[in-house]
Amino acid sequence: MTIVQLIFYGCSVMLIGSALMVITSKNSVKSVMFLILTFFFAACIWMLLESEFLAILLVLVYVGAVMVLFLFVVMMIDIDFAAMRQGFTKYLPVGLVIAAGLLYALFTVLGSEAFGPGAFSIPDARPADYSSVTELGMLLYTKYFYPFEIAAMILMVAMIAAISLAFRGKRKGTKSQNIGEQVLVKKADRLRIIKMPSEKSASEETNS
Amino acid sequence: MENLYLWIALAPMIGAIIAGLFGKQIGKTGAHLATIAGVGFSTVASMMVLKYLVVDGGEAYNASVYTWAIVGDLKLEVGFLIDNLTAMMMVVVTFVSLMVHIYTIGYMKDDPGYQRFFCYISLFTFAMLMLVMSNNFLQLFFGWEAVGLVSYLLIGFWYKKDTAIYANLKAFMVNRVGDFGFLLGIAGVLYFFESLDYATVFGKVEAFVATNPTFDVIAGSEWSAMTAICICLFIGAMGKSAQVPLHVWLPDSMEGPTPISALIHAATMVTAGVFMVARMSPLFEYSETALAFILVIGATTALFMGFLGLVQNDIKRVIAYSTLSQLGYMVVALGSSAYAAGVFHLMTHAFFKALLFLAAGSVIIGMHHVQDMRKMGGLHKYMPITWITSLIGSLALIGTPFFSGYYSKDVVILAAGHADLGMASTYAYYAVLSGVFITALYSFRLFFMVFHGNERFDDHTREHLKESPWVVTLPLILLAIPSVVIAWFTTGDMLFGNFFDGVITVLPQHDVLKEISAEWHGPVSFGLHAISSLPFYLALAGVVTAWFLYVKRPDIPAMLESKFKWLHTLFVNKYYFDDFNQTVFADGTVKIGKQLWKQGDEKLIDGLMVNGTAKSVGVLASMLRNIQTGQLSTYAFAMIIGLVGFLGWLLYSNM
Amino acid sequence: MIALSDYLVVSAVLFTIGIAGIILNRKNIITLLMSIELMLLAVNTNFIAFSRFLEDPVGQVFVFFILTVAAAEAAIGLAILLLVFRNRRSIDVEELDSMQG
Repeated sequence: MTIVQLIFYGCSVMLIGSALMVITSKNSVKSVMFLILTFFFAACIWMLLESEFLAILLVLVYVGAVMVLFLFVVMMIDIDFAAMRQGFTKYLPVGLVIAAGLLYALFTVLGSEAFGPGAFSIPDARPADYSSVTELGMLLYTKYFYPFEIAAMILMVAMIAAISLAFRGKRKGTKSQNIGEQVLVKKADRLRIIKMPSEKSASEETNS
Repeated sequence: MENLYLWIALAPMIGAIIAGLFGKQIGKTGAHLATIAGVGFSTVASMMVLKYLVVDGGEAYNASVYTWAIVGDLKLEVGFLIDNLTAMMMVVVTFVSLMVHIYTIGYMKDDPGYQRFFCYISLFTFAMLMLVMSNNFLQLFFGWEAVGLVSYLLIGFWYKKDTAIYANLKAFMVNRVGDFGFLLGIAGVLYFFESLDYATVFGKVEAFVATNPTFDVIAGSEWSAMTAICICLFIGAMGKSAQVPLHVWLPDSMEGPTPISALIHAATMVTAGVFMVARMSPLFEYSETALAFILVIGATTALFMGFLGLVQNDIKRVIAYSTLSQLGYMVVALGSSAYAAGVFHLMTHAFFKALLFLAAGSVIIGMHHVQDMRKMGGLHKYMPITWITSLIGSLALIGTPFFSGYYSKDVVILAAGHADLGMASTYAYYAVLSGVFITALYSFRLFFMVFHGNERFDDHTREHLKESPWVVTLPLILLAIPSVVIAWFTTGDMLFGNFFDGVITVLPQHDVLKEISAEWHGPVSFGLHAISSLPFYLALAGVVTAWFLYVKRPDIPAMLESKFKWLHTLFVNKYYFDDFNQTVFADGTVKIGKQLWKQGDEKLIDGLMVNGTAKSVGVLASMLRNIQTGQLSTYAFAMIIGLVGFLGWLLYSNM
Repeated sequence: MIALSDYLVVSAVLFTIGIAGIILNRKNIITLLMSIELMLLAVNTNFIAFSRFLEDPVGQVFVFFILTVAAAEAAIGLAILLLVFRNRRSIDVEELDSMQG
């Protein structure tokens, strides 16, 4: 068993284990934690597949931002955990059957020889100066520039949507900016020039 | 001449339409004048036609008057076949009808439905003429049904009476059963001969029979086609001419006014069956089985219906059973292949039976519509004309020598004796022979009970008792004359001559009349021949017995009745035919209908199909409703199941 | 060494776990959202594996975009969850049934 294999099997087992814990945890916070763990192990596997950039991206962006968001929301919502577990076993048999069926179907296809080492040969290791970032960037900023821009637009739209959904309006007693007003400000609203006679300063008085 | 035939048929119809549609406007007198004019014209014209055919030796006429429809190769037409048989029937029908029309003026004088009655009897005359004058099976059937309809209308003439309505429905139903058989027969004719025209069918019969055709009646049992057709046709005759077991309607038909009992149920409609079999003689001759069947049925009717006449107390019922018995005689004659004798007896019987009915009606008028014979007696003093004509009619009926009934009846008995159809003809011979005694017994029982013996009515009735008006007695006299004399002129030609040549076909091996004709030496000698024949003595014995039982010793019948109680009960209950029909067919049908209603209609159609469909929609909907729970997880689940299903299917089909 | 099928099997199992999470949980919208994340992760792994074995970086580009969209969707999903909680004081999935047929 080579080191690669060891890492792979170890990571896979942990991955699947923590995924199972995600869906079977009673506590939502624990579920989120396990999901984070799942992502970490997934990042390991992605590293094995020599896409380091995306693995790091997963950890930084996905775990760092999206999962944290999950955690924020879970903690913000006051959930009564105790009342929640009753419906699980009612659908367990059916669910297991469906899942097993799906698993069987997927195994049959994906685990078969069509995807085995005969059909898809294991590629050579890449040279040490191979940079997956460069490869990615070369494609992203040339051939797929348009989808790139659209992805940016999607993010902006999501941001606007999230804010507009969750924003309840200005509360009393908090200060906030009104950009429209700010932009419409004229010099006269902010600056008031007062003509005053210059006052003799104390030093001038003592000097004269 | 051709136009005349059409007018003979149409004149009574026009009279009927005038009396029926404009009855209120033209009043009672107008109604009877219009109809009598129509029927009178037909009578005179029929006699002219008869004279033309018989005396002047005219040609028989067979042509189509109007083509109603053409279906493929089949032509449905209105046509006339006027030959000797038709002409004879036309004269009988129109003459008796005219007598009844005149009689009705007196009998129905006070009835509010006067015009309606005349309309109906004229309509009947039209229908009967269409029947006898037809030259194809379809028109025959039309006439057949039409007379059945008018009979229904007339039996239930006093429609507010329960018994009348029961009777007319019964008549129609039983007739219908016969008509079903008749239709099957006509269908058989159509199937095998591919034509409904008499001439075509009769022309093809010999060739047809030579091929010995059979067909499957019920799977596996082959019947001769000719026998099947003939028996089916005869079933129609059984219904119309009231043979056992389809006879049950005739006694009940006495609920109608007496004139129609005379016209329809004695002289004309009931003889339609006999006429039909005679007309179809070319067909019947070729099936000995059918002839034997006819013989047995006719003989049974002749004998057993006679018995029932002995225990009836209603004057009209006695005559009704007498009619049934005499119809049996006619049918026996037909079965013995002596078609001419059957038709001849039809003719003589029409006269004296109509006479007897009208005389009974006259008695009923005199007795103020009392019909029970036990309340009459000794009426000969008060109603002499009725008495004499009744006597003439009764003597004719029992077959007194020199009266017309004797010639026709004796020839029937001889024919039955000479017929060669094995057990059937032997049975028939003894039946009709015994029937002579019974006929004499009940006829003179009626005569003595009504006109002789002690007066069994009260003084109030006696005050009103007088002879009926001339409109009533004139037809009696006019009918009495042919009852006596008609046979003298016609027997020779009709039975033993060539009157029916070309009309009635008799195969040489069945020709009983030819055998009998060896003994015919003219009416007088045949009359004298009676002294040496058994029927004469039987009739005499019957008269003497009747006189003894009902004039000399009226106490004996009561004693006989109590001694033979079981027999008497059997007779009074009419062999339980009516009870059987009521329980099995009438009540049975009602029960089946009820079951069909409860189970079939309510449970099956309403419950299962109609309501069930609606309910099943509801059930299905309530099951399908569970798919739309509104819950996201259910929908997601459904999607996933679909996904798994598709994957599995893909996998399976590419495995 | 490690064949493509091994990676594919791992992602298949992950995907199935995600689906099971959707079916089996009835009480918690957050678990629902997390299961969706799991499924997306499985798909991403699939893409990366194929990209590696077919030596075509297009797979990685696609993962990039999936990541983007997944983030956007998670954000909006959580915003909606928040609103649901504000209106009904509970995040029980079974209570969202006003479209019941």
